[in-house]
Amino acid sequence: MDDKRIVLLVEDNPDDEALTLRALKKNNILNEVVVARDGAEALDYLLGSDGKSGRIRLDQLAVVLLDLKLPKVNGLEVLRRVRADPRTRRLPIVVLTSSKEEKDLVGAYDSGANSYVQKPVEFAAFVEAARHLGLYWLVTNAPPPMTR
Amino acid sequence: MALFSDASVKVKLILVSILSKGIALLVAGIVITSLDLMALREKLVRRMSIQADIAGANCISALQFSDSNSAGTTLAALRADPRIRAAGLYASDRRLFATYVRDPPNGAPLLEDPLSDTGGGHRLGEDRLVLWRTIVLDGKAIGSVVIVSDLSEISATMTRDVVLFVCVLLGSLLIALIISSRLQRSISQPILNLADVARRVTLEKDYSVRASGVSRDEIGSLVTAFNEMLEEIRQQESALRSARDGLEQRVAERTVQLRAANKELEAFSYSVSHDLRAPLRSIEGFSRALMEDCADGLSDAGQDSLRRIIGSTVRMGQLIDGLLNLSRVTRAEVRGRSVDLSSLAGELVAELRSGEDGRQVECVIAKGAVVEGDPALLRAALQNLIGNAWKFTRKRASARIEFGFAEEAGERTYFVRDNGAGFEMSYSDKLFGAFQRLHGQDEFPGIGIGLATVQRIVTRHGGRVWAIGAPGEGATVYFTLGKGGDIGRQEDRAAG
Repeated sequence: MDDKRIVLLVEDNPDDEALTLRALKKNNILNEVVVARDGAEALDYLLGSDGKSGRIRLDQLAVVLLDLKLPKVNGLEVLRRVRADPRTRRLPIVVLTSSKEEKDLVGAYDSGANSYVQKPVEFAAFVEAARHLGLYWLVTNAPPPMTR
Repeated sequence: MALFSDASVKVKLILVSILSKGIALLVAGIVITSLDLMALREKLVRRMSIQADIAGANCISALQFSDSNSAGTTLAALRADPRIRAAGLYASDRRLFATYVRDPPNGAPLLEDPLSDTGGGHRLGEDRLVLWRTIVLDGKAIGSVVIVSDLSEISATMTRDVVLFVCVLLGSLLIALIISSRLQRSISQPILNLADVARRVTLEKDYSVRASGVSRDEIGSLVTAFNEMLEEIRQQESALRSARDGLEQRVAERTVQLRAANKELEAFSYSVSHDLRAPLRSIEGFSRALMEDCADGLSDAGQDSLRRIIGSTVRMGQLIDGLLNLSRVTRAEVRGRSVDLSSLAGELVAELRSGEDGRQVECVIAKGAVVEGDPALLRAALQNLIGNAWKFTRKRASARIEFGFAEEAGERTYFVRDNGAGFEMSYSDKLFGAFQRLHGQDEFPGIGIGLATVQRIVTRHGGRVWAIGAPGEGATVYFTLGKGGDIGRQEDRAAG
């Protein structure tokens, strides 16, 4: 596993953040996880608020785990803006959220999500989902070449 | 006659007027002319009788003395009357004694011997009158006089009369035509008017037009009645229109309300979906963390409590998911497709078999249950029904599940039957309620929305669902799919 690669977790709920980190750790996923607590912060990290490059190096970013219901800028809007920017157009983004409403599913895929995972209530199932996610996006998946 | 009945009122009125006047005039003319003819004839007969009597009296002495010359002279005096064409004097032995002929070559054959025993008489021929008189002296017939008279005077008079009559007839008919064509307007015009208005109403559906020409006669009351009827229709139409508009308005209002309610429901579901699950996840997750991280510091009772917390949160999560599924079924749009329930049932059974090895379940599936409906919803319904059957036959040694259908009174009823745990019929009304369960969680796990979901799906397809069962003897859930299903089947038949 390439430990240099970063995971960006966009999550406003501190409990969910803690649980996600715990689930990743339980699966021995030791990559650095950067947490953005709302949509604006996520955009800041990815694109930079002043239109310059963001606070993390995009070429080090393996995957974005994006919640949909977020303060300030919601997840779908984040998706749309990230996809509209040529630098982050091909960035792997996994929607990780509570709901499985058709509206959310359709909205996420239409806005350019690569994957959609519902957070299960049971932690055991969550750990299992995190294992799959880590294995797939950090190991199996070949990341897109990034423009610097 | 057909020509007459097809003619317009105007023509009819003129024709009736002319015909009746013409016939009356004709009858009167014929009667008058006939009477005239009779009078003329009588007059002629009378005159000729007088002439014959005079001639006969003048010839008495000539007869007595057998002086035919003198008798001839006497008869020749008849020349004074231009109508007399010939005359003859017969002796008592019927011998022609003397004659007078106005126009000799043609006169002789005119004379004939019409003598009879009677005192006199006459015979009217086509062109002549033959009249005879017996000459009597001292009560004894001594001879007779015959006069042949011409009828030209009568025929001339008659010709004149007929010509005059025809002229009068034509003249009066002309006058009648002029008068009736003027007068008929007062009758025909309102009728034509009425007919025109009626035609316009029929063609243009314009109930605001009114017939004009209100008079005090029957046509006037007809026009008034017609106008009143039109007014009535117009009022009813406008009442109908406003009722329809009101209805549309109400429908629009209800639709707006319904949309708002739907939107609210959607927002509610959305919020439930996102916000209600998150705390549960925390409770479950951190309880689990506590269990893992601090298991040593917790007593058995503490660990048991944590397990109960975890169990409840998981169940709460299932309830929320069930609720969301149920509301999704209600909100989902029903798309009409041809769905083969038989093959669907087969697939579902195969899924259940692969998910749970080692169970011996006999499955009987009737073929050919093709319906019109929403594939996803119908699959969900059948999944719940067959899943239930699968679940409730768990404790049977020889479990049996059957899917089939029956035609009854033109309506197809589908059913899923099992020989599982069954239920008490007195609870059958609770079966289809959301979160209603007839079995304990540890006996048969579940959250109690399966049949509620089935009922909503069936209802959304315009059908009904009901169940029959007995404790320990299994259950049968029946359902219909309403009009949509029926139509679909007919189309399939027509296509096949």
